[in-house]
Amino acid sequence: MTDTVKTTQAEIIEGLQEILRRPATLDASTNIVRDLQLDSLAVMDFIMSLEDRFEIVIPLDRVAEVETLGDLARVVDQLRGRN
Amino acid sequence: MSILSKFAPLRQTYEQLRAVGQNPFEMVFEGMLSPTEGLYQGRRTILLGTNNYLGLTFDESCIEDSIAALRLQGTGTTGSRIANGSYDGHRKLELALAEFFARKHCMVFSTGYQANLGMLSTLAGKGDYLLLDADSHASIYDGARLGHAEVVRFRHNDPEDLRKRLKRLSNEPGSKLVVVEGIYSMLGDAAPLREFAEVKREMGAWLMVDEAHSLGVLGANGRGLAEAADVEADVDFVVGTFSKSLGSVGGFCVSNLDDFDVLRVACRPYMFTASLPPAVMASTIAALRRMQESPELRTRLHENASRLYYGLSKLGFAVGPQASPIVSVALQEAGLAVQFWNHLLEGGLYLNLALPPATPTQSPLLRSSVSAVHTTAQIDRALQLFESVGRQLGVLPPSLESRRKRVAQQTVGGHAEVALVASAARG
Repeated sequence: MTDTVKTTQAEIIEGLQEILRRPATLDASTNIVRDLQLDSLAVMDFIMSLEDRFEIVIPLDRVAEVETLGDLARVVDQLRGRN
Repeated sequence: MSILSKFAPLRQTYEQLRAVGQNPFEMVFEGMLSPTEGLYQGRRTILLGTNNYLGLTFDESCIEDSIAALRLQGTGTTGSRIANGSYDGHRKLELALAEFFARKHCMVFSTGYQANLGMLSTLAGKGDYLLLDADSHASIYDGARLGHAEVVRFRHNDPEDLRKRLKRLSNEPGSKLVVVEGIYSMLGDAAPLREFAEVKREMGAWLMVDEAHSLGVLGANGRGLAEAADVEADVDFVVGTFSKSLGSVGGFCVSNLDDFDVLRVACRPYMFTASLPPAVMASTIAALRRMQESPELRTRLHENASRLYYGLSKLGFAVGPQASPIVSVALQEAGLAVQFWNHLLEGGLYLNLALPPATPTQSPLLRSSVSAVHTTAQIDRALQLFESVGRQLGVLPPSLESRRKRVAQQTVGGHAEVALVASAARG
């Protein structure tokens, strides 16, 4: 399980780096809104790109509980497990 | 620490807007002179941002019917329809809309915002899925948040992306409701509705179209995009507003679905709010009639829209993907857009300033909405102002005349050729 979490997180970081277009140190504790200064629309668009990357559905209410990249990786993992 | 402290960053943005000039979100007009002209700080100002598509706000028959209803039935209903009962105006308005759309059922709401809030939150319940176009209006997102359905976004105007997301849900038992808009309010682009209808049929989903900006604007009879795209049979729910082409306030949903009326006792934004006042309903019914009697208004609207859209495009502005009564110019950054907007207002032209994240991309927008009753002179004046402010702020390259002047000045210094090349490069 821990391994999967790490892999998911690495993939999320990879996806984020593509949209940030600037170097940033990203880890499980990175706060998506505060540290990355993404507005609500950018976050929703990023979620949409993760849905395609992992071939899953991430309902918006699941995003509401997410603060850090670690949280996001856990949600994605749960949803991947479900599919 | 105040309960409002969390709004400090918003307050700061707001103050920055104020510092540049007029605040676009605090405009107060002293008077309305016509559907296309208002009085702002003592000066006549062209209104090019009020969604008054057919210009019916000052229509004589709408005003007369409204006054008659006001005198006969009073200023307000003082409560909701389930508590206080309906007036005959509510039923008449619902029947008129159902007949116009050739649908069995209609529910009217007190605003267009509430129509979306009510329909989305009630139609899709726990275990169901709402599939929203990524560029949906705030009322659609808010309706989705109010309900208990799972909410999924698909890429703007992309039927294949919708298909892909519906496929991922194909094993989920809940109902899937797809929501798109006839014309999108920020860039004026229409949904590829034929293709969406095909995906909806194939995947067994339900389809709702918000015709807020397309009612009275698209379709041979003004029924909106569903009529224009000839897919009305595939559209299960049409929602819309009275506050644009019909010149009043309120919202509606029409449908052919059996049992639709059960929503009257299930839909909270319908049940727990004061119903529309008689004067508003009377003017709306009259406006709906005027809209059907006068298809030439629609023709005139599209002529005006094309004149503005192609005029701005020819000048070199970045406009939306297609000509429609909503014409938006994208600018590079917010500060420039605020300045541009202020200059236009100083020149006697009012339109909307839209700043990210309220815009679909990171670009701020100067958003115009054209009316059938704008005169050609008003549209041309708008183009003229756009051009002069655009050149002044460097959004457009300098005009040929001013380039010539500069070259002439620089010739004195012996650098004519260099100057010409430099200015051509900028152009």
